[in-house]
Amino acid sequence: MPDYSWPAPEKRRVIGRRTNRIDGFVKASGRAKYAYDIKRPGMLYGALVVCPYAHARIRSIDTSAAEKMKGVVAVHVFDGSAPGTEVMWAGYEIAAVVAETEELARDAARAVKVDYEVLPHFVNEADLSKAGARAKPAGEKITGDPDQAFKQADVVSEGVYGCPVICHLTWEAHGQVIEWKGDQIEYWPTTQAVFNIGNELAKALGVPPANVHVMQEHMGIGYGSKFSPDRWGIACAKLAKQTGRPVKLFLPRDVEQQIAGNRPSHYARIRLAAKKDGTIIGWDSQSWSTGGMTGGGAPPIPYVYTNIPNIRINHTAVQVNAAPQRAWRAPNHPQASYLTCCAIDDLAHALGMDPLEVFKKNADYTARPEVYRSQLDKAAELIGWKKLWHPRGDKTPGSIKRGLGIGVATWGGAGHLSNCRCNIHPDGMVEVEIASQDLGTGTRTVIAMVAAETLGLPVGAIRVKIGDNRYPSSGSSGGSTTVGGVSASTLKATMNALEKLFERVAPKLGAKPEELEAVNGQIRVKADPKRAMAWKAACKLLGSEKISEMGQNDPKNPMGLTTGGVGGVQMADVSVDTETGIIRMNRLVVVQDCGLIINPKTAESQCYGAAHLSICAALYEERIMDDITGRMLNPDVEFYKVAGNPDIGEIIVHLDIRPEHDKRGVIGLGEPPVIPGIAAIANAVTNAIGVRVPFVPMTPDKVLAALERRSA
Amino acid sequence: MSTPKKPTEAKAKPGEGVSRRGFIRDVGLGTGAVGVALSPTAALCAPPALAGPGPVPVTLTVNGKQHKLELEPRVTLLDALRNYLDYTGAKRVCDRGTCGACTVLLDGKAVYACNILAIEAQGKNIQTVEGLALSPEPDPLIRAFVNNDGLQCGFCTPGFVMAAKAFLAENPNPTLDQIKRAFGGNLCRCGSYNGIRRAILEAAKSAQGGGKNA
Repeated sequence: MPDYSWPAPEKRRVIGRRTNRIDGFVKASGRAKYAYDIKRPGMLYGALVVCPYAHARIRSIDTSAAEKMKGVVAVHVFDGSAPGTEVMWAGYEIAAVVAETEELARDAARAVKVDYEVLPHFVNEADLSKAGARAKPAGEKITGDPDQAFKQADVVSEGVYGCPVICHLTWEAHGQVIEWKGDQIEYWPTTQAVFNIGNELAKALGVPPANVHVMQEHMGIGYGSKFSPDRWGIACAKLAKQTGRPVKLFLPRDVEQQIAGNRPSHYARIRLAAKKDGTIIGWDSQSWSTGGMTGGGAPPIPYVYTNIPNIRINHTAVQVNAAPQRAWRAPNHPQASYLTCCAIDDLAHALGMDPLEVFKKNADYTARPEVYRSQLDKAAELIGWKKLWHPRGDKTPGSIKRGLGIGVATWGGAGHLSNCRCNIHPDGMVEVEIASQDLGTGTRTVIAMVAAETLGLPVGAIRVKIGDNRYPSSGSSGGSTTVGGVSASTLKATMNALEKLFERVAPKLGAKPEELEAVNGQIRVKADPKRAMAWKAACKLLGSEKISEMGQNDPKNPMGLTTGGVGGVQMADVSVDTETGIIRMNRLVVVQDCGLIINPKTAESQCYGAAHLSICAALYEERIMDDITGRMLNPDVEFYKVAGNPDIGEIIVHLDIRPEHDKRGVIGLGEPPVIPGIAAIANAVTNAIGVRVPFVPMTPDKVLAALERRSA
Repeated sequence: MSTPKKPTEAKAKPGEGVSRRGFIRDVGLGTGAVGVALSPTAALCAPPALAGPGPVPVTLTVNGKQHKLELEPRVTLLDALRNYLDYTGAKRVCDRGTCGACTVLLDGKAVYACNILAIEAQGKNIQTVEGLALSPEPDPLIRAFVNNDGLQCGFCTPGFVMAAKAFLAENPNPTLDQIKRAFGGNLCRCGSYNGIRRAILEAAKSAQGGGKNA
């Protein structure tokens, strides 16, 4: 068995090099085909009928008028939407229509008559006092003796903080194209789960999993919302079967924002008890949240500073009439980071201390004290904390106030179960096959780089084949587990295949297989590099047979190739116009703990993108629900605000690459950097204007209201 | 190492920044129907005064190639390109003229294809991202986006590339700050703005340096 380990840093030729993503050209040139771009001969277009009410009972559904319309081929009432059904949220799928054109399908969808009995709804949880019976207390959790701690405290601080529900807003909307060929299903979804989604669709349809062929070359964002075929996928498959034609059904943007996933809200009133020197001795929080009709789970607070000795936690789940939450890039962590770091920042103010000192002083309560202390120092150095930080409230004359703030994070990120096959063909071609997916994270490129490293070939010589469930099974992309999983399985499969090739080449070079190495497009004798054979010539020895070898990353025994567990610190620098309430991002410093980095270029892009999402959540994004109608008021990209190019300021990324981290193996980076930014920005705004804006997004109206309270 | 080539010459070009000509042209674009009526070539293939509601003949010139289609007058240029032809580089994201993912060039001007009816685009030169070269040598803009990792999922990227194409035609020597402000009309959900800014800057420099020494 080969020695499955990453090559020593000084021996790496490909891993660790800044490498352009291998699908960059096909994407940037518009040639990449996403599920939304698939067009099949004879394809029909689908349109949805959804419930406009937040809470209603379906009395009757009349599809007759729609069925008679020109171009309409079929109308399907969703399973679970029969008359009598109680609908719990607006946007709930009632029926789907398929027609010859998308325009005709939309017309017909409007002609489906659904009669509803409208029922009372509740959609806004921010004010817990109004939740009534919709509030479900989850019980109290106590660690140590919080009452005693608060009695003994020199200083007690208190604050209320909150993040609203936000949407995934995947740029490629949810949907799919499905075509039946006999009993075989061709399935083009947009998914984070190329392998598993086929099994799920098969189960829903009652067909053997082997009959479902999933294909996805590229996908336009999931953020945790694209694991399952969903009701619309199952309906699409049924309509394709019924009509005998391929069917394309994608959610329009307004429906997508209402039902295709959201991130739960988290609100909390938090009290902290501390000694004069800044040591935290007690935590007391009452939190509430919603993720739809299931309520919302408790946030993992106190976050990062988990070992505070005396803790009282009360959480209340609030049911609202809105579609269910889904995993959202680092589920619950950004909210928990925000709640915890704001509370610590407020404590620092109450103590009259620099928050940097309070975050550092209490680092022993974290799982990685040294990591956080060194990251806090590094971020402080990069942002110029010493020079620019001032006690709360910028005293500079004029209306523009500047401030700095801190946020911290933690995440897992160990590789998932992944199988890989490496084929070496007699003509020298190398294929690497994994039923994985590239969400834009650079997965495809990482696989090519690992294979190129092992086989001594250029990155361009590797044919990466992913996005098809007929390749060896691999995990879904969730929890930042993909790069760890596929890099380890690729390393093993390519090493196994190379070992087979060595066996064929060794006699020709008069050496033993284990004395060979693959470097610079050659197979050569380690001790005598002049005894070498070019890659192509070596592969020719295979005759008419290819080498085909498997490799697996087993999460229970990752053999040191991948681990989990990272910290992260971010610091924000903002300017606030106290006359208009507008916040401008100056800089966001991202200091990210990591393991072995395969491609620094795409790893940094993950950090840039994550930082951008924090800016979106801190300043712009919010699902706005109307109390009166129960509907989402901003299900579009115009009034559901996201940050644009001029809004993000400068993002400074520092990946903490160093030998001792490299030894941990590969650790996923998708989620950790998305966590601490909201807290950092919120604390920076407080530092600038001298008063806390209690809820994000910190829109101008909220900033002005907070300033007004201060002067009142 | 590229020395900016005679910036004075570049600045002397008409259409740079906000000029009167540019302003008038912008207004002309905002009222596309009027533009079609006034254009002698467009008048020949202009739709009848009352078009639809059923399909009408529509001729679109995409990347220099003529396509004859039968479309309902309400079909947007974006849907005509994607559903009735197979130009899927322009993406449907917001479908309401906000995000820029569907950006194409209409007579050289960047427009949101979701906000224009296909019948309005007749007689005009429609350029989509598929019109940019990929081989043997990729268009310098495409190369610059790849070099600078100005993309992640890539769904917004063709829109950015086409917006950049139009922007650089009018602003061949932009500063980073100009780029930040000019691209407020295209949104990227992955947050690749850093790479996008650098890509556009690099493409501008490479065009000035002769196109190959990016």
